[in-house]
Amino acid sequence: MQKSFKSYFQKQTSAAPLAVFRIGFGLMMLISIIRFWGYGWIDKLYIQPKFYFSYYGFEWVKPLGEWTYLIFFICGLSALFVAIGLKYRLSIIVFFLSFTYIELMDKTTYLNHYYFISVLSFLMLFLPANAYFSIDNLLRKKQFTTIPKWNIDAIKLLIGIVYFYAGLAKINSDWLFKAMPLKIWLPSKYDLPFIGEKLLQQEWFHYAMSWGGMFYDLLIPFLLLYRKTRVFAFVLVVFFHVFTRVLFPIGMFPYIMIVGSLIFFDAGLHHKIIDKIKAALKFFRVKTKALPTQTFTPSNQKIITSVLIVFFVVQLLLPFRYVLYPGELFWHEQGYRFSWRVMLMEKRGHAYFKVVNPEKGTYFYVDNTDFLTGFQEKQMSTQPDFILEYAHYLGERFKAQGHGPIEIYVESYVALNGRRSQPFIDPNVDLLKQYESFRPKTWILPFKDEIKGL
Amino acid sequence: MLKKSIIVLLTLMFVIACSSDDGDGDNDPNDGFDRSAILVNWADNIIIPVYQDLNNKLQTLVDEKEVFTAEPNATNLQNLRAAWEEAYKVWQHAEMFNVGAAESSNYIFQMNVYPTNVNDIQNNIQSQNYDLSSVNNNDAVGFPALDYMLYGLAETDADIINIYTTSAEADNHLNYLSDLTDRMKSLTQTILDDWTNGYRDSFVANTENSATGSINLMVNDFIYYYEKGFRANKFGIPAGNFSPNPLPDRVEALYRGDLSKELALEGMQAIQNFFNGRAYNSASDGQSLDDYLDFLNTIKNGEDLSALINNQFDEAEIKINTLNANFAQQVETNNVAMTETFDVIQLAVVLLKVDMLQALDISVDFVDADGD
Repeated sequence: MQKSFKSYFQKQTSAAPLAVFRIGFGLMMLISIIRFWGYGWIDKLYIQPKFYFSYYGFEWVKPLGEWTYLIFFICGLSALFVAIGLKYRLSIIVFFLSFTYIELMDKTTYLNHYYFISVLSFLMLFLPANAYFSIDNLLRKKQFTTIPKWNIDAIKLLIGIVYFYAGLAKINSDWLFKAMPLKIWLPSKYDLPFIGEKLLQQEWFHYAMSWGGMFYDLLIPFLLLYRKTRVFAFVLVVFFHVFTRVLFPIGMFPYIMIVGSLIFFDAGLHHKIIDKIKAALKFFRVKTKALPTQTFTPSNQKIITSVLIVFFVVQLLLPFRYVLYPGELFWHEQGYRFSWRVMLMEKRGHAYFKVVNPEKGTYFYVDNTDFLTGFQEKQMSTQPDFILEYAHYLGERFKAQGHGPIEIYVESYVALNGRRSQPFIDPNVDLLKQYESFRPKTWILPFKDEIKGL
Repeated sequence: MLKKSIIVLLTLMFVIACSSDDGDGDNDPNDGFDRSAILVNWADNIIIPVYQDLNNKLQTLVDEKEVFTAEPNATNLQNLRAAWEEAYKVWQHAEMFNVGAAESSNYIFQMNVYPTNVNDIQNNIQSQNYDLSSVNNNDAVGFPALDYMLYGLAETDADIINIYTTSAEADNHLNYLSDLTDRMKSLTQTILDDWTNGYRDSFVANTENSATGSINLMVNDFIYYYEKGFRANKFGIPAGNFSPNPLPDRVEALYRGDLSKELALEGMQAIQNFFNGRAYNSASDGQSLDDYLDFLNTIKNGEDLSALINNQFDEAEIKINTLNANFAQQVETNNVAMTETFDVIQLAVVLLKVDMLQALDISVDFVDADGD
C-alpha cells in the first residue's frame, strides 16, 4: 500500500495539459476582470455602498475607495502573467491574494464559482504550471516536458469534487420531487427564443432538468475520467454549461468550467492546442530543450504533498459541516457557503429593523435603503449572519448619533422555494446582544416545513 | 469528432424542443401566458386614462386659477380649492407610474413631495427669481405647495385673500400661484403626449423578463409606491415609525387638514385597481398581476397568492376607514390607531415583496448570481 502510494507520487506525465490549463485559466480570469470592470461593477459593488458585509474573522478586509481599482488591475495583470507563464510562481501568488482579497471585501457578492477560483488558484500555487510552454522557459532557457502525474490529478480531483458535491446537494426533496426552484426560474424565462414560450413552461421539463442536473453533476467527473466516455462527457459539459449560461446570470463560470474540463483529456489534444497557439503566434520562438524528467521533482515535494493532502481533506469535509447545526440548512444557511450548493434555492425576504430606546420606551423603524444597496438588502434579508452584522452596524450608527441606549429588533419574513413567506428571525431578540460565532444561532425561528435529503 | 458530436447533440436537443411544441396542441393550460395582454390593459385602460383625467382636472385647475388671479375673492378661492382637490385625488392614481417620460423628467418629485418647504416657497415669492424644475425646488412645487398657497398662508380665508389682494407682495403671490399651477399642467401634458405618441407601443411591446422589461419596471414601481409613497409617506412617517417621535406635520395635505384620509383611500383604490387590472374609467376587469399569479400557481400549486394579497388590501382599507379624516389629528389624539393601520399595510408589503416577487421571479438587478 505504502509502496504503491510512493510510486504514485513518482509517476511522471506530460506537462502539456497543465500548460494549456494555465493558459486557459489565466485568460479566463483576465476576461472576467475586464468584464467586471467594464460593467462598472467595481464602482457599483465596492465603492458606492456605505457598508460592506464581512466574513467572520475577515472584518479587516475592506474596499480601499478608489484604490480598489488598483487591486482589480493587479489581479487582472497577474492573471495575464499566469496565462503567458511569466514569473509564474510570483504571479499566481499575487493572483490568489488579490482575487481572494476582492472576494473577502463584501460577502454580498459571494458566489460558489468565485470561491472555486480562490481554491483553484490556491492549489495552483503548488503546481509547476510554468514547466512547459511559458515565458519562464525562455528566460531560463529550459523547459520540462514531463511533470509529476499527481500535479494534474490534483486539478482533476478538485473539479471532480465541485461537480460531485454539487450533485450530492441536489439530492433533496425540493429539487427532485417538487422541481424547485427550477419550477419558478424556468417559466420566468418566457422571453427566450424557441423554448421560452413552450418548453420552459412544461412541468415535465422542470422535472427533467432537475433530475438531469443531478445525474449530470454526480456522473460527469467519472465520465470525464473514463477514456471511452470522455468525448461524450465533454460534449455534455459544453451543452450543459452553455444552456445554463443562456438561462441564468452566472457570468463567466460556464466558460471557465468548459475550458477547465479540457484537463481530463490526454496530452495529445493539448499538444495540438499548443501547436495551434504556436501557429497563431509565429513570432513565438520557444527553444524546446527536453530535460531528464527526474531532475524536475522538487526537493520540497514532501511538504507540498502533505499540504495538499490536508487541503483536500478539508475540501471533502467542509461541505458536511452543516450536520453540526440543528434545523433546516436551506433555511438557516449555517454551513451553506463553501459547499458547492449551487442554484438550489429561490429565497426572498424582507427584514424590517426596529430601533428601540428601552429607557424612554420609544422606537422607530429603519429605512434599509438609507444604508444598503438594493443588492445588499436582497442578500441581507434572507441570511441570518447578514442580518446580525447589519443590526450591529445600525446599533453603532445610531449610538454615535446620540440615540442613547438602544436595542435592535428585526421583523423579518422569508419565502423559500415557492412556499409562502413565514417569520424568519425571532422578533423579540435584541440583536445587539447576539454576536457572530460558529455556534448555532438560536434566534433563527424554526422552518415550518421539511426538506428531506443530503 | 468533437465538433461533430456537439453539432449532433445540439441538433438533437433542438429537435426535441421543437417537436414537443408541436405535440402540445392549442388548449394546453401550461401554454405560456400572454404578458403583453397585461401591458396593453395597464397602458390603455389604466395609465393613459389616468393621465388623461389628471390632465383634464389640471386644466380645470389652471382655468380656475386664471379666474382667481383676475379677481381674487372668496368664491373664486373656493372654486380653485375644489379644482385642486379634484386633481389631487386623481393624482393618487398616477403617482405609482414612474416609467418613461415620468421617470426621465423626475415627474413625481415635482408633483407631490411633502412636507412642502415653506421657507423655500417664501424665498421664491420674495425673490421672484426661481427655477421650478430645479431639484432644490422639489419641495416647493406641486400639490403640497398649492396646499400651502391655498390654505396655509394665513389663519382665515379672508386673510388669505388679503395676501393675494392688498398685501405688499400680492402680485408676487399671484405669480407664484400661477407658475406652480401652469407647471403642473405642462408637465402632465408632456407625460400624456409621450404616452400617446409612441411610448405606449414600445411599452406594450417590451415583454421580456429583464431589468428594463415593462412588467419588471411596473412591478418595481408598484411595490416602491406601495412601500414608500403610500405606506411610509402617508402613514409611517407621520405616525413616527421612522423617527423617535410622531411627526403629525408630515401628513399629506397638511394645510387643508381633513383631506389626508380621502387621499389615502384613493391611493388604496388605485393600488387595488392596478393589481387586479380594473379599468380606470369603467368596471371592466382586465389582465394584471392577479391573473399572472393565478397562472403561475397552475404550475406551482402553491397558496392562492392573489387572494391573500387582495384580502390584505381589503383589511388595510377597512383599517384606514376607521381613522380620522385628518391624519394629523389622528396622530395627535390616538397614534396607536395610526401605527396599527401601518402594521396592517405592512403585512401586504411582505406578500408583495417576498411572495409575489418570488412567484414572478423578477430580477432586481443585473449582477452575476448563482441563486444562493
